[in-house]
Amino acid sequence: MENKIRVLIAKPGLDGHDKGAKIVALALRDAGFEVIYTGLHQTLEQIIAIATQEAVDVIGLSIMSGAHLPICRKLLAMMIKKGLPDIRLVVGGVIPFQDIPALKQMGVAAVFPGGTSFEDINSGMKALFEKER
Amino acid sequence: MPDRSDFIKKILAGDPGAGARMIRLIEADDPQAFGLLRALYPHSGKAFIIGITGAPGAGKSTIINGLITQFRKQNFKVGVIAVDPTSPFSGGAILGDRLRMQTHATDENVFIRSMASRGRAGGLSRATRDAALVLDAMGHHILLIETVGAGQAEFEISYLAHSIGIVVVPGSCDGIQAVKAGILETGDIFIVNKGDMGDADVSAHQLSMVIEMGKARKTGWNPRVIKTHALEGLGLAELAAAFLAHRDFLGTDPDPDKTRKERETLYFNCLVRELAMKKLGAFMETDPAYPEIINQLLAREIDPFTAAEQVFKKIQRKMTHGK
Repeated sequence: MENKIRVLIAKPGLDGHDKGAKIVALALRDAGFEVIYTGLHQTLEQIIAIATQEAVDVIGLSIMSGAHLPICRKLLAMMIKKGLPDIRLVVGGVIPFQDIPALKQMGVAAVFPGGTSFEDINSGMKALFEKER
Repeated sequence: MPDRSDFIKKILAGDPGAGARMIRLIEADDPQAFGLLRALYPHSGKAFIIGITGAPGAGKSTIINGLITQFRKQNFKVGVIAVDPTSPFSGGAILGDRLRMQTHATDENVFIRSMASRGRAGGLSRATRDAALVLDAMGHHILLIETVGAGQAEFEISYLAHSIGIVVVPGSCDGIQAVKAGILETGDIFIVNKGDMGDADVSAHQLSMVIEMGKARKTGWNPRVIKTHALEGLGLAELAAAFLAHRDFLGTDPDPDKTRKERETLYFNCLVRELAMKKLGAFMETDPAYPEIINQLLAREIDPFTAAEQVFKKIQRKMTHGK
């Protein structure tokens, strides 16, 4: 069996719209990823626990609440503390373009703001793993 | 990978990160996996393995969620493997079972692993049983294994689990469905879920009758029928108790070796077959004789039966002479 890329799609916090997350999960499935879908209202502790147990390669957050900067900063710190520094964090949702440099600088591997095409998401995700090969 | 013995120690101590990485190695068919499994094996064989199977949407994940709650009340450490189908078209998968098990996400004594079936028919992934061995060695007392939404013939789980729960929904199972051969024969506990639906009692009754008629099971266990409404948490304490009763029953079985022997033999046969398949795969990928035979076959210079025998003999020679 080949080593498939495993992705955790999670929605942290209180915003209640997961259609985008579900559609991205489907697109990733169709691109050959194994997607673990956890649904709405995840705490960061839950996301860390799930990423650990599932040994994922990527955590993909869908954030539309506007809290992407503090959420990502906190999650990245928790990932390092919990021994998950190899997992890539990617973010999608309602992300203003001016925030992308700040996200990248804190360690977010890729940002897919609303409107990104599926092709761009798929190739962006795969590129994360081509770099190291 | 870090130091090997350190890695094994961590798994045996129940470290979730190490256990999860081990299962990844198994899934990736990593060359190290076999040796690591060998080291873990002596520490396995203690967990009670429950298989939960049934049609898609019957409520398997929700029932498992409820069972985790019940088993945690009794301080059992619980491991879960939830298998969902791999897309035959893209090779990808959406693994959504743990969506229903959210309440236990941060409980240190619960380990949930989603798994894609990766093209394997039979309701389980090839890696499922080896992953179960890992969870067992990690010290989980009870393993709950959820198969992909199953039809009538996905009874592979019965080779892995000690106890099988089959989930049916009211109205889906009249007398004839229940007497057909297949997964219904493998059930130890029948769970009529969505018990709030009007015909739940009728379904439960029909199942009980059919089970009563076909009683002569070789283990001597009388399958139970339990009505649940998993979403509301109803009937789950009784269900958990039924599984534990089955565990106790198996413990007192005067001839437990019979089923054990069957299970271990099947597991072993599977393993041997897989090793043989690997040899065959290597032959097809590397040996120039293989494309040669294919060409002869396509040109109808040789019949497929002779060709198959030739290939087999060639592999056999390779295995015995090591070349």
